[in-house]
Amino acid sequence: MVSRTAGPHADWSEDRALEIVEKHAGERGPLMPVLHEMQDVFGYVDPRAVGVLAEALNLSRADVHGVVSFYKDFRTELPGSSVIRVCRGEACQSMGAEQLARHARAHLGVDFGSTTCDDAITLEQVFCLGNCALSPAVMVDGRLKGRVDEARFDDLVAEVRSQALR
Amino acid sequence: MSAVSVFVPLDSAARSVGADEVADAVVHEAARRGLQVQLVRNGSRGMFWLEPLVEVATADGRVAYGPVKAKDVGELLDAGMLDGSRHRLFLGETEEIAHLKRQTRFTFARVGVIDPLSVTDYEANGGLAGLRRALEMTPQEIVTEVTESGLRGRGGAGFPTGVKWQTVLDASADLKFIACNADEGDSGTFADRMLMEGDPFLLVEAMAIAGLAVGASEGYIYVRSEYPDAISTMSAAIDIAYLHGWVGPSVLGSDRAFELYLRVGAGAYICGEETAMLESLEGRRGMIRAKPPLPAIAGLFGRPTVVNNVLSLATVPPILAQGAAAFRGLGVGRSRGTQVFQLAGNVKHGGILETAFGLSLGELVEEVGGGTASGRPVRAVQVGGPLGAYLPTSRFDLPMDYEAFAAVGAMVGHGGVVVFDDTVDMSRQARFAMEFCAEESCGKCTPCRLGSVRGVEVIDRIVAGIDREANLELLEDLCETMVDASLCAMGGLTPFPVRSALQHFPEDFEPTKAVPL
Repeated sequence: MVSRTAGPHADWSEDRALEIVEKHAGERGPLMPVLHEMQDVFGYVDPRAVGVLAEALNLSRADVHGVVSFYKDFRTELPGSSVIRVCRGEACQSMGAEQLARHARAHLGVDFGSTTCDDAITLEQVFCLGNCALSPAVMVDGRLKGRVDEARFDDLVAEVRSQALR
Repeated sequence: MSAVSVFVPLDSAARSVGADEVADAVVHEAARRGLQVQLVRNGSRGMFWLEPLVEVATADGRVAYGPVKAKDVGELLDAGMLDGSRHRLFLGETEEIAHLKRQTRFTFARVGVIDPLSVTDYEANGGLAGLRRALEMTPQEIVTEVTESGLRGRGGAGFPTGVKWQTVLDASADLKFIACNADEGDSGTFADRMLMEGDPFLLVEAMAIAGLAVGASEGYIYVRSEYPDAISTMSAAIDIAYLHGWVGPSVLGSDRAFELYLRVGAGAYICGEETAMLESLEGRRGMIRAKPPLPAIAGLFGRPTVVNNVLSLATVPPILAQGAAAFRGLGVGRSRGTQVFQLAGNVKHGGILETAFGLSLGELVEEVGGGTASGRPVRAVQVGGPLGAYLPTSRFDLPMDYEAFAAVGAMVGHGGVVVFDDTVDMSRQARFAMEFCAEESCGKCTPCRLGSVRGVEVIDRIVAGIDREANLELLEDLCETMVDASLCAMGGLTPFPVRSALQHFPEDFEPTKAVPL
């Protein structure tokens, strides 16, 4: 139901957005499921969705905007072809995650929350992926990776880059 | 020759170190050799240093090999793995592996044993026995059984589960809810994830029992988005449970209805706090609510709601199946039953250990965990997540139970233990605790929202040697305010790692060091 993989996404369309709302209309408190599905379909939550959702769900624009901006998962612009998340939780810190985090930024030439200039990779930080006995952990397009040292990180990057070219 | 069952975990941690590649190799290499294998993707046994752990069903029971790499598979098959033959990766009978043998698997009995989405496996291994018994009991009888078991919340607070259920049962309302908190955001914990990936029907069964017990007709499982595998497994399990009538308009053919839904978080740590989770389920920002009213009285959509952690709920079906005494008979003092300890971080033998309360911290880290992964001496352990205290090795005699930890200003919490070797800088860990709080605070109360930001600044000044004494005093004052005046555990417990780091490792806060920026 929730794909963390960045893939081909549909272009923003109000009709499609309303279809998503319609699909969740029978649910209690449907805003979160609706936003998740929008992000799955469009790759991000378009700022134009705020007004559409507010109207359709009988909420204020402030309510909808407040939710979109509160949760780190909801993006307001399209991410790179791949999303790499580096865990910075305590368990990973104990195994050198801070060094890995520095390496990741230097290797990709971007800070956390940014996308490489070729739009290939969005780098993010995350606090815990639940792989704490195989630290340091990284998630690549929804796939968990364990015991990631700098060399393995570079391999993972090379892998997603080569897939992007295909 | 009939096909031999070969088990390769589908658990996301096992996959993170190559289980999928191993599974593919088993299928291809066996086919190349004309060997008949039946590949089963099970959950993880929780011994992560041995993952990917491959098991083979032999006439003498299941035997294990690990850690197996994809390139080892051909060699293993040639060595006679399908007959359980010896090899350098051979670990013997799985159940006889010392780490598993010392455990009492009560909640985790099926995790790693069965195919997580096989209804046949589930029922053949004791599944649904708890729900069937619950359907023959009155709601009060179910709640009494849970109360008598001595089960306490596994999410961290340790509140008696039966007492919570009684409150919801006694509340009268047109609608009641069960909300399962599967927003396992604490670093060093992964037991909820393993259970959802390894035995998801157990949680489905537990939710249905909770519904019968308190008269709730709807249940929500709130899973964090960082767990995509748990989300897909849990989601599939719910669909299958509906198909088989385990939940829905008629639970197991009875006249009781229970609708079950899965909801996904969106990257907010604070939603692991029960009232913030309820807000999120209602479609709002994850801002915590002041208590009272308790969620048991006015919870989801203002209705009486049972909010329980995954493991608290998942322990109920076996309690009902085996009786309260089976659980209560284990443990020490007021910490009854088993706890699922999670060994994480810089530890040689990381994973889960379900055992009765009472083991000492030192036994857990040194004996079970085998010391650090780096081979260096252990310097500190953090118990109970990012809001738990850091303890030095001089406290390794502490027994792992709620009261013993509380007595020294620490908490067992959910049983997560993160190990650090002697390269750790404890002033950085203290700073991180404040930084994390600043990052994840919902912002509703001032001590948490601002205190955490000021905390980072004050720690920086202490380490830089600026007005050291005055700033140490200020930090203590700040910690006191956060503990006493924060609305929830986020701000209220953040001082625990800070104070404990300062108390046990004062040398790391000396100004001789470089400024940690």
